Amino acid sequence: MKRKRLLALVLAAAMAGSLVTGCGSSGSDGKEGSGSSSSGGTGKVYYLNFKPEQADQWVELAKTYTDETGVQVDVQTAASGTYESQLKSEMAKDEAPTLFQVNGPVGLATWKDYCYDLAGSDVYKDVQSDDYVLKDGDQVLGIAYVIETYGLIYNKALLNDYFDADWSTIKSIDDLNNFNALKAAAEEIQAHKDDLGVEGAFTSAGMDSSSDWRFKTHLANLPIYYEYKDRGITSTDAIEGTYLDNYKQIWDLYINNATCEPSMISSKTGDDATSEFALGEAVFYQNGTWAYNDIKDNEVADDDLGMLPIYIGVDGEEEQGLCTGSENYWCVNKNASEEDIQATLDFLKWVVESDEGRDMLANQMGFVTPFTTFADYLPSNPLVQANEEYTEAGKIPVSWNFTTMPSENWKNNLGSALLEYAQGTGDWNGVVTAFVDGWAKEYAAANE
Amino acid sequence: MQKAIKKYFPVFVLPTMIAFAIGFIAPFLLGIYLSFCKFTTVTDAEFIGLGNYVKTLGDPEFIHSLWYTALYTVVTVLLINVLAFAVAMLLTKGIKGTNIFRTVFFMPNLIGGIVLGYVWQLLLNGILAYFDRTLTYSEVYGFWGLVILVLWQQVGYMMIIYISGIQNIPGELIEAAKIDGASSWQILKNVTIPMVMPSITICTFLTLTNGFKLFDQNLALTNGAPSKMSELLALNIYNTFYGRAGWEGVGQAKAVEFFVLVAIIALIQNKLTRSKEVQQ
Repeated sequence: MKRKRLLALVLAAAMAGSLVTGCGSSGSDGKEGSGSSSSGGTGKVYYLNFKPEQADQWVELAKTYTDETGVQVDVQTAASGTYESQLKSEMAKDEAPTLFQVNGPVGLATWKDYCYDLAGSDVYKDVQSDDYVLKDGDQVLGIAYVIETYGLIYNKALLNDYFDADWSTIKSIDDLNNFNALKAAAEEIQAHKDDLGVEGAFTSAGMDSSSDWRFKTHLANLPIYYEYKDRGITSTDAIEGTYLDNYKQIWDLYINNATCEPSMISSKTGDDATSEFALGEAVFYQNGTWAYNDIKDNEVADDDLGMLPIYIGVDGEEEQGLCTGSENYWCVNKNASEEDIQATLDFLKWVVESDEGRDMLANQMGFVTPFTTFADYLPSNPLVQANEEYTEAGKIPVSWNFTTMPSENWKNNLGSALLEYAQGTGDWNGVVTAFVDGWAKEYAAANE
Repeated sequence: MQKAIKKYFPVFVLPTMIAFAIGFIAPFLLGIYLSFCKFTTVTDAEFIGLGNYVKTLGDPEFIHSLWYTALYTVVTVLLINVLAFAVAMLLTKGIKGTNIFRTVFFMPNLIGGIVLGYVWQLLLNGILAYFDRTLTYSEVYGFWGLVILVLWQQVGYMMIIYISGIQNIPGELIEAAKIDGASSWQILKNVTIPMVMPSITICTFLTLTNGFKLFDQNLALTNGAPSKMSELLALNIYNTFYGRAGWEGVGQAKAVEFFVLVAIIALIQNKLTRSKEVQQ
């Protein structure tokens, strides 16, 4: 009898245990459905959005569309860094996303069997040029919807204080146009951080997964860009790493002149870096136009926001502009029902042609888009304007070559090597191995 | 009564059976099939034979994870069970506030693994910050961080099972031992432990499989850093699945191997501890 009681207790405990583990699984953002089911027999749209920065605005836009047309639009946003995994599981469902995103040629290679040919669509007619679409033969499989720019966001007020100080060697923003000048400025700011009232020259180079992409992906783009340029190619199965010494220089500069010790960066998140910059604790912050939403309405006034190109010490880099490109391509799911595909195409057309859609994309989300319909809708984002100034000055923008990185695994291994180098448990050779050998290995593994 | 149970048991068992089939058997079989396939999503698989299994064998990270996980499991099984048993002994002595203590020790179980991982990451990094280090400094830190975390989480749970086992020992057995002049160590060794053997079987089984299957806490606490050195098996499988386009099947193959391994170990453990159980 007593054993039976024990058994009953254990069973109850095991059941409770499985409940506990059930709760433990990482939750993604709940499906933020909007709209009514009153749409009748027409199709519906399900958009799996890549950009968490604009998650709320997409839901709002979807609601506006539903209110106007009665077509149901669901928007779900993947948490930072989990888009591919969420897309994989969502696409296997019956109610798969009708509209999803790929990040460029490598992403398209995975998903091209799912992409509807957009050649005849209205959105495609609105695109300025074929530079902004992903093609496979004659088929148009992906259309970029936002052109983004990243560089070194800086705080003009703080930098002007630095220029005015009697201990500074760099005296104006025009002189800050190469790596040596940047290095001098950063190191002087770091040495006199108390005089300027900051915590460091750069924000923390956080290697938490919410922030490590700024270095393993975006910063790594620069050595790749210069190598591609030298070799006259746009992608490769084996990278040589000719500019890795430059990569080391800039990484050293970031981690040694920051708000935190290099050994501490693994615990720093993207939010940490954003808040350090937004509260005026750091002068430089490597990020892109999308960061504006998180920075604005804090200590740093809009007028004080500027963006510098990321100089890594290459000859002639005085003419280098900001890094501009797109890793956000809309794709329509070919396997969705015909009504749903049509509904999705109609929704996209509305987004890029209607006043509400254009206002939302340009003014609320702060996007620069490659669509001809947006002539009167230029975003007020000061970081976007910084880019326009560089373009007008005839600087050469750096293209986004990180979309040709062979796999997620390559980026992760590079990130780990950067972290080990920073915290002193690995040397730079580890980074070189991850970059060069890792590229060949991952390319072979992903393309066999 | 017996007759009625015999007659109606399908009615009562059916709902659970259906749920079990949908929630476990079907995905399990699909999973085994997928391990022989190349696929992007689970609905468009293409059969390729044993290729995925060949790749898992040539993966040094997988082998490292295997040994790291094995070591981790041994350490946690021992520590959790010893501590849980000790706490259970203490809390069956009738000291003041027993119920409050039991509740407090059990509480960490009610928190999900991801949350626990982040909370402990903050706590441990907060302490390590005094030495200018973080959890990612070395896989040894990650290892002990994870051990501390699961101790905190699981000791209370196993304690409850041990308490019920200890309370089920007939008082006259212990009294007889005392009259015979047994020391408290002898009582523990010759009466208590043999009598709670069923609990030990269950607790070692649970901690063993939990150790192998640990995922959430690993993901949230270290995410494998530095350089995948603190990656346990489950996380390694997850990263293989999502790390490269076209390698989903390899991750699946690793998962099947993982299942076979855990099943074999759990069966052996069950047999070993079962044989030590005594009948009252």
